[in-house]
Amino acid sequence: MAGGRIVALSDSREQNPLPRPDDAMDLSLIIALDVVNGAASLFLLCLGLAIIFGMMKIINLAHGEFVMLGAYATVISANAGLNIWIAMLVVAPLFVGLVGLVIERCLIRFLYGRLVDSMLATWGLSLCLIGLVTTIFGNTINGVPTPLGGFQVGAYRSSWYTIFLLAMALLVMALVYGVLRFTRFGLVARAVMLNPGMAATLGVNPAKIYMATFGIGAAVTGLAGGLLAPVSGITPVMGTAFVAKCFITVVGGGAAIISGTLSAAGLFGFVNQLGAFLTTPVYGEVILFLTAILLIRLLPQGISGRFFKGTL
Amino acid sequence: MPASLTLGLQALAILAAVALVAVLPTYLELFTLMQLTLFAAMAVLALSLGFIWGFGGILSFGQTAFFGLGGYTYAIAAINFGDSTNAILLAILFPALFAAALGYFVFYGRISEVYLGVITLTVTLILFNVVNSTAGDAYTIGQARLGGFNGIPSVPTFNLPYTPDAVLSPEAGWWVTGFALIAVYLLMRLLLASPFGRIAVAVRENETRAALLGYDPRLIKLGVFMVGGAVAGLAGALYVNWGAFVGPTIFSLSLSAEIIIWITVGGLGTLIGPVVGCVLIQYLNAKIGSQQAFNSNLVLGVILVGFVLLLPKGIVPTLRNGLAGLGRKARRRPVTESAARTQIVGAE
Amino acid sequence: MAFSRRDLLRTAAAVPLSTLAMPALLRSARAETPILVGSLHDQSGPIAASGTPMVESLKLGIEEVNAAGGLLGRPLQLVHYDTQSNIQMYSQYAQQLAVRDKVAVVHGGITSASREAIRPTFNRFKVLYFYNVLYEGGVCDRNTFCTGTTPAQTVEKLVPYAMTKGPKPAKKVYVIAADYNYGQITAKWMQKYVKDNGGETVAVDFFPLDVTNFGPTISKIQSMKPDLLLSALVGGNHTAFYRQWTSAGMKDQIPIASTTFGLVNEPSTLNAAESDGILGAYGYFEELTTPASTAYVAKLKKQSPGIPYISELAAATYEGFYLWVEGVKKAKSIDRMAVTEALETGLSFDGPTGKVTVDHATHHVTRNAYLAVVKDRKWDVRETYPDAKPQDTAAVCNLIKNPRENKQYEISI
Repeated sequence: MAGGRIVALSDSREQNPLPRPDDAMDLSLIIALDVVNGAASLFLLCLGLAIIFGMMKIINLAHGEFVMLGAYATVISANAGLNIWIAMLVVAPLFVGLVGLVIERCLIRFLYGRLVDSMLATWGLSLCLIGLVTTIFGNTINGVPTPLGGFQVGAYRSSWYTIFLLAMALLVMALVYGVLRFTRFGLVARAVMLNPGMAATLGVNPAKIYMATFGIGAAVTGLAGGLLAPVSGITPVMGTAFVAKCFITVVGGGAAIISGTLSAAGLFGFVNQLGAFLTTPVYGEVILFLTAILLIRLLPQGISGRFFKGTL
Repeated sequence: MPASLTLGLQALAILAAVALVAVLPTYLELFTLMQLTLFAAMAVLALSLGFIWGFGGILSFGQTAFFGLGGYTYAIAAINFGDSTNAILLAILFPALFAAALGYFVFYGRISEVYLGVITLTVTLILFNVVNSTAGDAYTIGQARLGGFNGIPSVPTFNLPYTPDAVLSPEAGWWVTGFALIAVYLLMRLLLASPFGRIAVAVRENETRAALLGYDPRLIKLGVFMVGGAVAGLAGALYVNWGAFVGPTIFSLSLSAEIIIWITVGGLGTLIGPVVGCVLIQYLNAKIGSQQAFNSNLVLGVILVGFVLLLPKGIVPTLRNGLAGLGRKARRRPVTESAARTQIVGAE
Repeated sequence: MAFSRRDLLRTAAAVPLSTLAMPALLRSARAETPILVGSLHDQSGPIAASGTPMVESLKLGIEEVNAAGGLLGRPLQLVHYDTQSNIQMYSQYAQQLAVRDKVAVVHGGITSASREAIRPTFNRFKVLYFYNVLYEGGVCDRNTFCTGTTPAQTVEKLVPYAMTKGPKPAKKVYVIAADYNYGQITAKWMQKYVKDNGGETVAVDFFPLDVTNFGPTISKIQSMKPDLLLSALVGGNHTAFYRQWTSAGMKDQIPIASTTFGLVNEPSTLNAAESDGILGAYGYFEELTTPASTAYVAKLKKQSPGIPYISELAAATYEGFYLWVEGVKKAKSIDRMAVTEALETGLSFDGPTGKVTVDHATHHVTRNAYLAVVKDRKWDVRETYPDAKPQDTAAVCNLIKNPRENKQYEISI
């Protein structure tokens, strides 16, 4: 298979002539759905990291393990007989949010303003979490089935769960936007993000805000893990597949939490999925990475640093 | 302490190190020597990042890109030439050139710190993905099959310069690696004492000020980055010589992160710190795998977290400050280390 | 080095072994220095799920031999290192086993990359090496014995069965595989056998091991409308494919046959709806009901109650160990060359998978292959193919003629 990875062998073309126009339309619809879905999952996965990085300038290398914890929380409570929707929409974010709070109190709060140390500590934390989960649950866990069924677009099938993920991405985005934009907490949080010293003089306790922000970031990440649990392979090391990609997306997006992450996730998700469809998943990834490099070269402050200045 | 005395002490320490490298094979069993060879090769890698990060203020998340390129260049060249001498030279040259190209792209694009980290990380990921997918006979350079995920096994190890038949024994391999480590250390010391080194530190401290004084920060950073690339490439060749094997995991993210850990544990802004941190963590890694009581990840993770919380400056600066505090209280703290840290903290 | 491996292992393994063993039988043996058996398997990191049952298998074998009075009158002692799913650790511990511990034999290596990293070390320091994992085939090295199955042994049986015994005869086949050497070579064999059986491969797709989103691929497969999907996906992340495939409702549309599904833990991770009906072919299944197999499974489960699925990896490790024991018995020595020559006479061992025979020319083994289908999260073994030969490696490797050969061939088909 050297060279061309996806080999549509030539003789197959003759028996399998080009798709009919309506078939082609169905196909493009399905592909569009895949692309949007890819971007939505990436957005869900990155949002928690973006909240923590954007507000606190902490790069959380244990991000992938938060996703893993969310998935484990979902799977374990669902297997214990809990309704799957409650397991992923309530248990996962609550559990990971709590874990986040504990970690913030015991570890992260000593590391504000120390970007590199925070990376080192969270790297150690990620190893700890992997080791802990492996010790407790072993390397194998019984997963949960994907709820909802499939649906038909012409000759093609896709799953309702894809649509659900998309809807959840939109909902979470709206929720985070709403909290940051319209609530008192959001206002204070943004003030702390802009200038912690000034906020402190005005009587806000930045430590509390940081703690809450870290908890919220962790909860959002846990939710993402819960939502992806039914469509993922669940292992203690599953998080490592996400960290680098999320890191690149968040930094590529720039400082604005929502517009930055959304635009970067949209761009990278689009490029990755389209590249994967047109070439192979390997080159889909390579294309994504090349795009990221070019993007940062052209927009050294991230997308939001250039186009969405001052937005959320 | 007068400067001449410090210098004399340092020279003495270097001589002692040289002597130690020379006589160790007489006293140690073969396995310990081979393990030390690995540690020394990794220490060279640690120095490469310790140099560009601690003294150039450039935090690269992808130092393994140069390390891996060095390793692969050495393996491919050694298989084709049948002689290791030119292969080693190429393993230094090629990563340096790659660093030049990447550095030009980054520094002349005025890309700021965290973004630089992301770019270097991304380049590493690309290299990993590309090399990983080179299985099959089509991917052959000369006589060397790249081998994809399986890597290139049985890479020829070092031989006497230009005499391919005189393959070095493991003891001689230790000498080469140990002396290379000392040589790299000396070279960096000299470089830092030279005008170039001083300007590099000035650029790290304040880019604008250095620019106003008439230096081109971009060029200086590019130079530092290239030195880092070349040294990492050399480390790659030494590493491949040790294991006689190279595979795509040489580009792995976890190794990239580990280098950063070595430096943070040992002490940023020093040259000896990265070496100490590297040897310590490598030794720990080796020990952890020999026990069955605890999951290896768990142990390593706990150690790392403990280090950040309890010894945030790293071992070497903490020890040095401790000693200095015991000696004369009024002694000035070393500028380099604390300044490097503030610089990086302020980077985002 | 105060906290040494030996202390730990003595307390962890050797002490219970020697106290369990019959004192009368062992008294003479215990006076002798133990024969060291090296083991390099990942017990942490991504590959740990494969490594753990392999180590348990090896421990079981050693315990049995010791209980029976040891080997050549000497007890066996396991020297195991956790390689942490890290290639550098493999090189490091391989040197440690060969140079410092001076073990008699090493069993280990899981991924092909780990094998290729340590094989040269054992050649250099003259330590006999057993690789007990199914892999892409082609290793040709007199110091190495490969006891797992190769594609010719399993794919050859799987493809025709899947093409003919499915809901409808399959003509158009779509191949998906993990993007590294194993997947790529297995995909070639799949294409060959599809062609040999009168079908055609409409497309081949490769996935890096960290891919988790298979949406575009599932669409692409649908657009090609194959009758059969052949999968050589590997690892935890790739398990996601089967879930996304099911959730898109494709499960009942196109049947799947795989050479990797269920090797580690897939049937127990997925639920019945996601995995029922998937075909697989291996050298061993835990569900095999031969007396040797049930006894082996019972012993292993007793020794390690929480053990994950016991697959070909564990069974081949057990048999690889016993082949070495047979070799030592025949050679009456643990000398590397003596044992190699003894094994090359075509020694065999009746293990849990059936009869396993060493093939002199390739240093691979002739062993039974089994075909099974997933039913309610278990494998239901349907077919047994006795004495499948490693024909792929045999096509390129002849150690009788060229005993000094030492490389891995890329088998061209």
